[in-house]
Amino acid sequence: MSLLEPIIELGRGLVITMKQALFNPVVTVQYPEVKREVRPRFRGRHVLKRYENGLEKCIGCSLCAAACPSDAIFVEAAENTDEKRFSPGERYASTYEINMMRCIFCGFCEDACPTEAIVLGDNYELSFTNRRDAIYPKEMLLEPVPSADMTTPRKTEANVFTRSVPEMKNPKDWESGDTVKVDT
Amino acid sequence: MADVTLTIDNKQVTVPAGTLVVDAAKRAGLDVPVFCYHPKLEPAGMCRMCLVEIGRPMLDRATGKPVLDEAGEAKIQFMPKLETACTNPVSEGMVVKTQLTSEKARAGQKGTVEFLLTSHPLDCPVCDKGGECALQDLTMAHGPGQSRFLFDEKQRLAKQLPLGELIWLDRERCIQCARCIRFQDDIAGESVLGFEERGRMMQIVSMSEPGFDSIFSGNTTDICPVGALTTSDFRFGARPWELNAAPSICAQCPVGCNLTFNTRREAKADGQIVIKRVMPRQNEQVNEIWMCDKGRFAYHYVESEKRLTRPLMRRDGKLAKVSWKAALDLAAEKLSEHKKNSVTLVSGRLSNEDLYNLNIFAGKTEAILYTDMGGGDLTSLVGVSDGTNIGDMGKGDAILVIASDLYNEAPIWWLRIKAAAERGATLIVAGGRAAKLDRFATFTIRYAYGDEIKTIEDLGGKSKIAEAFRKAENALIFYGSDGLGLAGSTSLAAACANLLKETNHIGRRNNGLVGVWPRVNDQGAWEMGFRPTADLAEALKGKAVYIVGADPAGDDPALAKALKSAKFVVVQDISMTATAELADVILPAQPHTERAGTFTSGERRVQRFYPVVPAFGESRPDFSITAQLARQMGIILEGSSLPIVFDFIAHSLPAFDGLNYDRLAEVTEQWPMVGRGDMYYGGTTYENKDGLGAHLSSAAQRGETFKLPAAKNVKPLRPKEGELLAVPVTQLYDLGNTVASAELLAQRIGAAAISLHPETAGKLGAADGETVKISWNGSQSEVRVRTDEGLAAGVALVPRSFGIALREPMTLTVKPAKKVK
Repeated sequence: MSLLEPIIELGRGLVITMKQALFNPVVTVQYPEVKREVRPRFRGRHVLKRYENGLEKCIGCSLCAAACPSDAIFVEAAENTDEKRFSPGERYASTYEINMMRCIFCGFCEDACPTEAIVLGDNYELSFTNRRDAIYPKEMLLEPVPSADMTTPRKTEANVFTRSVPEMKNPKDWESGDTVKVDT
Repeated sequence: MADVTLTIDNKQVTVPAGTLVVDAAKRAGLDVPVFCYHPKLEPAGMCRMCLVEIGRPMLDRATGKPVLDEAGEAKIQFMPKLETACTNPVSEGMVVKTQLTSEKARAGQKGTVEFLLTSHPLDCPVCDKGGECALQDLTMAHGPGQSRFLFDEKQRLAKQLPLGELIWLDRERCIQCARCIRFQDDIAGESVLGFEERGRMMQIVSMSEPGFDSIFSGNTTDICPVGALTTSDFRFGARPWELNAAPSICAQCPVGCNLTFNTRREAKADGQIVIKRVMPRQNEQVNEIWMCDKGRFAYHYVESEKRLTRPLMRRDGKLAKVSWKAALDLAAEKLSEHKKNSVTLVSGRLSNEDLYNLNIFAGKTEAILYTDMGGGDLTSLVGVSDGTNIGDMGKGDAILVIASDLYNEAPIWWLRIKAAAERGATLIVAGGRAAKLDRFATFTIRYAYGDEIKTIEDLGGKSKIAEAFRKAENALIFYGSDGLGLAGSTSLAAACANLLKETNHIGRRNNGLVGVWPRVNDQGAWEMGFRPTADLAEALKGKAVYIVGADPAGDDPALAKALKSAKFVVVQDISMTATAELADVILPAQPHTERAGTFTSGERRVQRFYPVVPAFGESRPDFSITAQLARQMGIILEGSSLPIVFDFIAHSLPAFDGLNYDRLAEVTEQWPMVGRGDMYYGGTTYENKDGLGAHLSSAAQRGETFKLPAAKNVKPLRPKEGELLAVPVTQLYDLGNTVASAELLAQRIGAAAISLHPETAGKLGAADGETVKISWNGSQSEVRVRTDEGLAAGVALVPRSFGIALREPMTLTVKPAKKVK
């Protein structure tokens, strides 16, 4: 064994290190100044969606709460009127709370939602300084209104928004022209 | 009836002849899906969901004997098509193949569900029935995964339609099973619903004004197999699976219906556990699976804003919040100080345990029951005996209802007595006015108010009606206080008791006297030894008064005046009443929903209720407050364990002998089976798992010797020229403390009004709906006039608990009120 051998080995090691340091793309993100983009199917903080007209998609059916394996969601419903309308149909969520400390971001609530109102979004910045703050009320979860006149609750035309669940036709079957298969 | 043996899905079943195939299958533990069939209703065969294959033994036409096959067994001939299990009664040797064994039946049922879903909307997420819906359950179990029908051909009908202010209708959800219509026609006897249009356009309509004018309307929401009928009270209250259930007893009338309170922790109520709805709980001997709308919608008083949360004490003329210790110390000190001169006034709203403790507390001092109806001592002697069940009564039995408008005073008894009459029982309805029960009566006796005793005495004589009553195998008498005060009802009870004794209708099951009391536990108060007094104002004047659960000042200004002159007033109640306003010390108590206990029903059935919601504020149960107060005064009472108090009762009162909390919690199998996984069968009524209760024994049943007092014949009050005879009557929905806080019922409660015969009203120049000035016994008031054809001329009905203090029949003068512009 020559004396040079350890030095050569050292050099080899350094070459790998230098290769990694100088030629590989930088993985570290300078958070929080720089925020990392998430994958398309990332499951972050929940968002309660709105229709294009600003009405809330959520109808307060509580199916998300029923599906939730960690009992993180609490919903209470109340009745819509044309004078004071939150969502289409007769029912809206008067209370909607998610306890982010309990949530395991499994996405079952998304699956259970009949109106696609609740969606797990991109936001992963969930930190709190006390337990109470971990409970996100409806105001925090709801998407911002597209424009100021589309806020909820608002007065709507009578007998227009009578149905809670949008009519979902299967577009493929519809186009084919023959028997229409519709989930009952 | 003879038993019939048949085979269902290769299982031998023996059931009474006349049983329907669907019920026979249920008894064998096999479920045939149904929508329109309900075990309490006559079969209609409308929904076609219960399609099964039915085969019957082939009979030789010549001999009439069964044809045998090679193996020597009866040849079975199956019908070429499927039959409905709900309309076919069983027959000997019948073979039934349900969807469990028959592919044909499975296909038939699948097709039925597919048809029903052609127009059913996708409302499950917002539907109050979602989660306890027959259509949901049966679609999951028997329905197809997909529909072959065109989406655009779905029927569009009116949604969110109020059918009256209590019940909502969604016509799209309706599957035209007619359960609600049949319930109203056959069971409630109020045909206010019907169908309009035909075929796919067929829809439910209310045929009454106001809409859905029935006091049993809530039951239709229980038996509706879909979310077509839902209650306003529970509208979007919660999803059914989020609710907790607590068994209880209805505290609105002496029937003692078994209930289940559904509760939930709510953000709207600051995180408190609150009552979301009231559902009936099965007790085939009390309320079957029904309840009235008063019980269902008037429970809101237990969470009213007037509820007392902390003890209050009068300081410088004002009521101030104090600690329990301070309040109890002062109350005990003052009550001890005036010990010889004190009165305990209780009401029938309290439980047996409260009343037992209160009675010992009162000791030798005066203990008064706050009521205007007498005779509870007689119902203890000749009351109904163990095993009594109106549901068993029918042909050969007789039921006499006197001086009681059961429809308003005890709706479920009305319903069950009506059913007994329809089964063939002789129903005798005696009253001073036309009542809703008359329609079902075999004999109707109309007497002039004041002639009640004479009417009963006549029934002891010789007449067709008297004969029918005497000869009846079993006989019950329901007596009440319609048009009577304390004196009148006490005499009436004595007359009834004597009649029962003479005709030998005491001491056996389905025989005896039943008091239609104004409050839930009046019978219990009588059993514990409380008695009403003729002159309550006199009894209260200048005394130290301990009032528990009663509101005399709110009912009668004369009593308020008497209380003002009392030395010291301790009021123990659940909410701030007019009486509490006059108190020196107020002790906040808990209503029955916040604690356990027992009530004794009018039929003398003791039933347990359980805590439903946590205690409100610092309130405490009545029996413990009394025990704490007693301790300060040197009397030792049990104040923490209800079963122990009940054991004391059982040991000291012969009627309660042998009863204890475990015995009251016993349950036996009941038919029909409801409230289990198969909600499509019996509806959403709850199964009874927490006790059917037990009857108290009557003295007659125990074989004791006793002497019945003779009825005092009071000279009937006959008004002079220009006067009317005013009689107090009970209305179902009144302005009493336990009803008025139900906002939903406001429209049905209405304003105070006296009822007159149209002719009498015409003579006085007062038309229906007009306001008049009335004066009686030195008091004056302005009320509206309502005309009623069913009244005798010269009589004015004055509803109780409507602000007109009329405790006995009296003469009254009516003058037109000054016209106000």
